[in-house]
Amino acid sequence: MDVMPKWAEVILVPLISLILAAIISALVIIAIGEDPIAATKLMVEGAVGSVRGWGYTLYYATNFIFTGLAVAVAFHARLFNIGGEGQAMLGGLGVALALLFIPWPHWTIGLLAASLGAAIFGAAWAFIPAYLQAKRGSHIVITTIMFNFIASALLIYLLNEFLKPVGQADPSSARFAPHLDLPTLNSVLGSMGFRASKDDSVNVTFLIALVSASAVWVLMWRTRLGYEIRAFGHSESAAKYAGINPVRITVITMLISGALAGLMGVNTVMGEAEKLLLNSTEGAGFIGIAVALMGRSHPLGVVIAAILFGFLYQGGAELALWTSIPRELIVVIQALVILFTGALDNMVRMPLERLFLARRLRRAPGPDRKPAE
Amino acid sequence: MDYITLIQLLDSTVRFATPLLLACLAGLFSERAGIFDIGLEGKMLAAAFFTAAVAYLTGSAWVGLLGGIAASLVLAAIHGVASITFRGNQLISGVAINLLAAGMTVLVAQDWFRQGGRTPGLTGNARFEGITLPGADAIADVPVIGPLYAELISGHSVLVYIAFLAVPLTWWVLFRTRFGLRLRAVGENPAAVDTAGVSVVGLRYAAVLICGVLCGIAGAYLSTALQAGFVKDMSAGRGFIALAALIFAKWRPWYALWATLLFGLFGALETRPDVITALIGLKVPGPLLGGLPYVMTVIILAGFVGKAVPPRAGGAPYVKER
Repeated sequence: MDVMPKWAEVILVPLISLILAAIISALVIIAIGEDPIAATKLMVEGAVGSVRGWGYTLYYATNFIFTGLAVAVAFHARLFNIGGEGQAMLGGLGVALALLFIPWPHWTIGLLAASLGAAIFGAAWAFIPAYLQAKRGSHIVITTIMFNFIASALLIYLLNEFLKPVGQADPSSARFAPHLDLPTLNSVLGSMGFRASKDDSVNVTFLIALVSASAVWVLMWRTRLGYEIRAFGHSESAAKYAGINPVRITVITMLISGALAGLMGVNTVMGEAEKLLLNSTEGAGFIGIAVALMGRSHPLGVVIAAILFGFLYQGGAELALWTSIPRELIVVIQALVILFTGALDNMVRMPLERLFLARRLRRAPGPDRKPAE
Repeated sequence: MDYITLIQLLDSTVRFATPLLLACLAGLFSERAGIFDIGLEGKMLAAAFFTAAVAYLTGSAWVGLLGGIAASLVLAAIHGVASITFRGNQLISGVAINLLAAGMTVLVAQDWFRQGGRTPGLTGNARFEGITLPGADAIADVPVIGPLYAELISGHSVLVYIAFLAVPLTWWVLFRTRFGLRLRAVGENPAAVDTAGVSVVGLRYAAVLICGVLCGIAGAYLSTALQAGFVKDMSAGRGFIALAALIFAKWRPWYALWATLLFGLFGALETRPDVITALIGLKVPGPLLGGLPYVMTVIILAGFVGKAVPPRAGGAPYVKER
């Protein structure tokens, strides 16, 4: 039986962890001689104070929803997919290949093709570590780390040798056809009368991200496969006894996870850069870990956490623009969130459990109540 | 390829291998005690920055080294608290430490030096310069042995010699001392160690802190010997290559030496594409060579070439039965 009520488990523990991370972040800001309150104000203003700010916040959030869902799905099968970065890189490659070599007539069809390419390439990149874990017992964390580096080497090679237009110096692909440019949500808002500046921020991929989150919810809690994945994650031996094939579940879960991470490429490559760049993922694969941890691996939690991280990213960019605080502050905050909500989870949980246990015993003094120790 | 080119290639192999070797041995201690550590990269990076920063401020590379080790130890202690005391997920803790170091180094560097996240260049005593071993100049002109001794063996920074001495030392500590026996036991079967009345927590903390010291030296080498100062993200994945080398070495010290030298050779070859072209008559693109250690590690992990069996209790927190 659980010691804590569900609301404490789902809301209180992450909230306290977040507050701890925020306090330490504030101390870090004070230590580098800046005012944390002024910094927070600037971040809030820059991230959610205007349509443009919201646009960028949601643009970043789109990335983090995909990578967060990727990590979350794998978490349910107790697989730690640390390879979101590599899978997203390959996803971007899938997008570029789909858009560079086939002349799609309209961006809607192009978007469909790009999404398919991204998902297939991301899933393929996750397949090998999954297969090796399931069949040969090689640790998925180590193999996915290795695959991140292999993806990066592969991308440098392909960009330099094949995808770079002749005569161009920097390693990036050719630009996609202009009519494949994804419409931004801000421009839609603009036509509805909101004042939105023209920019390259949140685009229709955000809607795909929301659909993906809903699809993951349906998959996990409303289908047989989702039940099998969760059962497998809960207890591998029990799942095996119930006739669930561990190889099949491991591989399928990682394929879904990789496809989700790969889809991130649609947002960055097709939506933002409109060509394949060397570092279009910018660490979003790792942020997915923080997002999944904070969102407790639930799609709704992942979406909320992703928007929070989008806010941090956009706010951090504003901070770097207007103060001498570098963007890396966001990396520190992200690290602290992962540390407190992930690794130091028990530090918050253990005293809370003791507290709830004490309260319950006080309220219902049963016969087995021991004298105060 | 002529003899001098070979010597030069091996010389840069040693330079590339040194930080890998130190980090690999660091991971060896930690993982042999049952604590997975994917935070080697972060500890190296933090040490690289604090060594450079303290060395610049005090003008002494040795004081800098202490600063670097201290920074690495702080991160090691966080990893210890998270994964030993609070029985948290060691992998997640490692990820957090890598990110913490990546962000913190730039943040502090910007605050202290205002040079866009780097330290000022180091000169003189603030660097670990190459040491000329006795007699190196005298026999430099002797054929064959002369260049071998003067170029390859002599002329490295003191940290290189420390790294190479750390190999037999690690072997001796792990396989010839009581502490080493217990440390290995705690990575295989912590319950048995606990039953014998030896502190599992104490041993694991000791291992994690030794790991911190070695990562500290590895980081110091990057910013004060290999280069003259700290630049953003200068560890550049070396912590992960060290992790790969550790798997390659099957968690053994002497194998670790050969594995890191092999990966060092790849690094050296990456900077000399002309040598490979001359050797095999084929132009091998640099990025593919850079990716080779990772590919090889995946192959080893898959058990296609020899099986790498990690310490049995690795990655799992120890819970005393109640």
